[in-house]
This record gives sequence, C-alpha cells and structure tokens, in this order.
Amino acid sequence: MENIADTKQTNFASEQKARNRRRLISSLMTTLTAACAIFVVGLLLIILGYIAVRGVASLNLQFLIDTPKPVGEGGGIGNAIVGSFLMTGVASLIGLPVGIAAGVYLAEYGDGWFGHIVRFVADTMTGIPSIIVGIFVFTVFVLPMGRQSGFAGSLALAIIMIPIVARTTEEMIRLVPKSMREGALALGAPNWRVTWDIVLPAAKSGIATGAMLAIARVSGETAPLLFTALNSRFYNFHLDQPMASLTVQIYNYATGPFEIEWKMAWAATLILMLLILIINVAVRYLTRRRF
Amino acid sequence: MSQTNTIGDTIFRAILLLAAASILLIVTAIIVMMTQNSLPSIRQYGFSFLTSSEWNPSAGLYGALPFIYGTVVSSVIAVIISVPLSLGIAIFLTEQASVRFGRPIAFLVELLAAIPSVVYGLWGIFVLAPFVREYLGAFLQNYLGFIPLFQGRLTGIGMLTGALILAIMITPIITAVVRDVLEAVPTTQREAALALGATEWETTRVVLSNAASGIAGAVVLGLGRAIGETMAVTMVIGNVPQITASLFEPGYTIASVLAANFAEARDALYFSALIEIGLILFLVTFVVNALAKLLVIGVTSGAGQKA
Repeated sequence: MENIADTKQTNFASEQKARNRRRLISSLMTTLTAACAIFVVGLLLIILGYIAVRGVASLNLQFLIDTPKPVGEGGGIGNAIVGSFLMTGVASLIGLPVGIAAGVYLAEYGDGWFGHIVRFVADTMTGIPSIIVGIFVFTVFVLPMGRQSGFAGSLALAIIMIPIVARTTEEMIRLVPKSMREGALALGAPNWRVTWDIVLPAAKSGIATGAMLAIARVSGETAPLLFTALNSRFYNFHLDQPMASLTVQIYNYATGPFEIEWKMAWAATLILMLLILIINVAVRYLTRRRF
Repeated sequence: MSQTNTIGDTIFRAILLLAAASILLIVTAIIVMMTQNSLPSIRQYGFSFLTSSEWNPSAGLYGALPFIYGTVVSSVIAVIISVPLSLGIAIFLTEQASVRFGRPIAFLVELLAAIPSVVYGLWGIFVLAPFVREYLGAFLQNYLGFIPLFQGRLTGIGMLTGALILAIMITPIITAVVRDVLEAVPTTQREAALALGATEWETTRVVLSNAASGIAGAVVLGLGRAIGETMAVTMVIGNVPQITASLFEPGYTIASVLAANFAEARDALYFSALIEIGLILFLVTFVVNALAKLLVIGVTSGAGQKA
C-alpha cells in the first residue's frame, strides 16, 4: 500500500516538473513575440528620428522656395514641391473617378465571373512593381509624344491608384446595409438612383479615407516618375514639359557626390514624410471615430 | 417600371463596367506592349538571355543572369529575416496583446509600410550601410569569416545591406496578412486547446497550424514585394552586375537595373533587352502575387466557417 502511494507521489512530481517546463516555454515565447514587436516599433522610431533630426538641421524657408542650383550656391525644392502636388493632383483627377466607379461596379454588380476576374486582377496589380508602370507609360505615351512630361508622370501615378481605390471603395460600399437599398427601391427609385443618392453618400467617408491612402501612397512613388516625368530645374506649371518631384529630387540628392546634396535630401525627405504622416494619422483619426 | 428608369440604369451600369474593364485593359496593354518591345531582344538572344552572365551594353552583350541572381539572393535573405519577425509581431498582436496596447503597436507597424521606398533608400545609404560596415559586417567577418558568404571587401554597400532594407520593408506587409489570417481562425479552437490544459504557446501553435496555408500566402506575398522593390535596393545594393558568393560585395537586381539604366538606353537592342528584363519582372511578380492571393483566400474565406 505504501509503495503505491510512493509511485503516485513521484508521478505527481514529474508531472509537476513537465508542467513547469511547458509554462516556462510558453512565457519564453510570449516574451519573444513581444520583443519582435518592440524591435520593429523601435526600428520605425529610429528611422523617423533620423529623418526628423537630420531634416530639421538643414531645413529653412529659402530651401522650400528655391529651385535646384549648382553645388555650392544653395538651392531648394520649391519646384519639386509644386511638381509633386501638380502630378499627384492630376493623377487623382484621373485615378479617383475611374477607381471609385470600378469599385462601385465590383460591389453592386461584381458577383459574376467578370467581377471575380476584375477583383483578382486588381488585387494582383497592387503588387506589381511600380517601375513596370513607369516603363509601360514610357512606351505608350512618352515615346509617341517625343518627350517626358508631367502628364506622363500623372498617368503613371493614376494607373497605380486605380486598383487600390477600386478595392477600398468596394469594401466600403459592401458595408452599407442592404435594408437601405431595399427601402429606396421599394419607394420606386431606379437602381442607379439608389446607388447614386443612397449608397454612395452612406459610404462617402469610407471611400474618402481610401482615396486619401491612395494619394499618400502615390505621393511617395519614385520609380514610375523616373522615365515619365523625368526632372526639371525650374518652376514649371506646364504638364506637357518634364516636371520635378520631391521623390525624384530626393533620389538625385541622395545619390549625388556632395555632402550639401545629402543634407538637402534629408530636408526634402522631412517634408515628404510630414505630408504622408499627416494623411495617415488623419485617416486613422477619421476611421477611429466611425467604428 | 418606366422606360426612362431602365435607360438610366443601363447607362449607369455601362459607365461602371467601363471603369472596371479599364483595370483588365491596363494589364493586357502592359503585357502586349512589353512583349512587343522585347521581341528584338528575344529574337536575338533567345533563351541564352536568361543564362548568360555577361552584361556589357557597350559591347552588345546582354545576359540577365546577374540580375536574376541578385534578385533571388536579396529577396530570399530578406524573407528569411522578415518571416520570424513578422510572425512574432502578428502572434503578439492577435494572441497576446490587449486591444488598448495592441492597437497603437499595430498602427506603428503599419506606418512602416507607408514610408516611401526612396526614403528607405536614403536611410539605407547614410545609416544602415555605415552600420553594416562598422558593426554587423565586421562582426560577421570576425566570427563567421571562414564562410564564403562573409568574405570579401566590406564597404557597407552591397547585397547584405540590400537584403536588410528589403527585410524591414516587407515586414509590415507580411505582418498585416498573417494578422488577418490568424484572426480568421475561430476562437473556439483556442478555447478548445485551453480547455484541454494547453499553455498559451501550445494554443498558439494550434492556431498557427490551422492558419498554415494563409501564412504561406503571406510569405509568398512578402517575397513578391521584395522581388519588385526598386528604389531602396537600387540605392544600397551597389549596382554591379556580378555573381559572387560574398554578401558584402555589391550586386544588382532586376528592378534596380531598370531604374538605373532605362533612361539612358538609346540603342534599340539595349532598350529592348531592358524591356525584356521588365517583362520577366512583371510576369514573375504577377504569378507570385496571384499565388499568394490564392493561398490567403483559402484560409480567410473557407476555414473560418468550416470549424
């Protein structure tokens, strides 16, 4: 009798040991995953910190107004800021309506085979390197026109925007309750009036945040502008001429041979990042209030 | 219904259809234009374009192997570094962190994806490359220098720095998809595992095995992004068309040869060869992205209801 009690006792002890080991592994892994999160957030803060410190150090008002000058004579990014705004604006004028319309189609009529194909291709297209779009616009637009232009750059950015906007619009429209549509249809409204007057207004803020994210995304694009918009040393408001942009200017300054250019690259990056961060934080704030 | 209503519907629907069709049209046009423009190069070099390692435009030699090699090596290393990191963050955010604590962290990780490629490039040149030269590379050379991977001249600009930048850039993307996939695993599975006496980590392992194909999709998606990433890599990888075992030596990728040379390609055959490289990049990323999407769909739409 005593023997049996003894083995039970030892069994209990070894079980206890195994359990402790399992608990130890569990808390070890929990700590590790937390460490991963802290490491990556730390990395983000380091990157943003470098941009803030080095950017502020070489930023001044003149830099924001001036155009690029030969090394040693100062220079700035005024024309690049204007170019970026112009090209992103024109790209939005083309890309947003087409993207939103495509998104409405996917949400309202997109359950057939055609809708599935469009959805699949749109998703796949968002992962296509943007430099491919630059090459595409170069062959179909820049070559026939005979020169690089701000409009060619806008076109490339618009092509990048369309599938992104289409997919976010579709998701936002699908959130609109069916009962709202049914109510309007029951009152005798035709399908298109229901979509236009009921569904779109209901999904308005969601579509707007999607559009803002797409604008933030293309305003940071460099590769599709390299061969389409090229660059320019002057203030330029003509879309048929080569046009400077913040991103291409950062690329040129960063890869240039002089320290003064590197400083200007950091300052220009600070401006670009402020723009993108403001949009992202604003979107975050807007979506937070809605849900 | 009155006649005007149906006409209005038809017109409205036709406009929407046109917009949706434009997406297909663009992709088709990209494929047609790039194939057409790369025909001279394809006719001239055929399959040897992919297997030759001689790239010398001034001598009329176009072999794309160094770029394919550089793309594969830098992307694979990036994925190897990024996957455990991304899995860790995703597990932390979905399985462990409270909502109040997890949300801001999730936002900050997503913010990494909002930083433009050219900004990563700038940071890579002036912060990461010196770090690799002074600390990381020197450390690897001292302790693991007997491996050919860690031999060679250490300048900070090269394959390793390119891969590290890529790893940082694809981490938020892989993390986001893995989070979606883990969230799609039913809560009942976690409860079942916990009820059987499993520890937190053992429960997570059950969740992970149920989400396996979706996680694979996330990894493939990250790989696709790494393959296509252009500006940041162009700025730190060194842009020398060579195939070496050393990770410290400069390399070249498919995307970066396009960014660095396309504007100067005046010669017709050079132009065509670059477009062919672009076509390869397009087809590879298209297939990789499609594969990733199929893998992720399986988990987020099917498995959620099944169990």
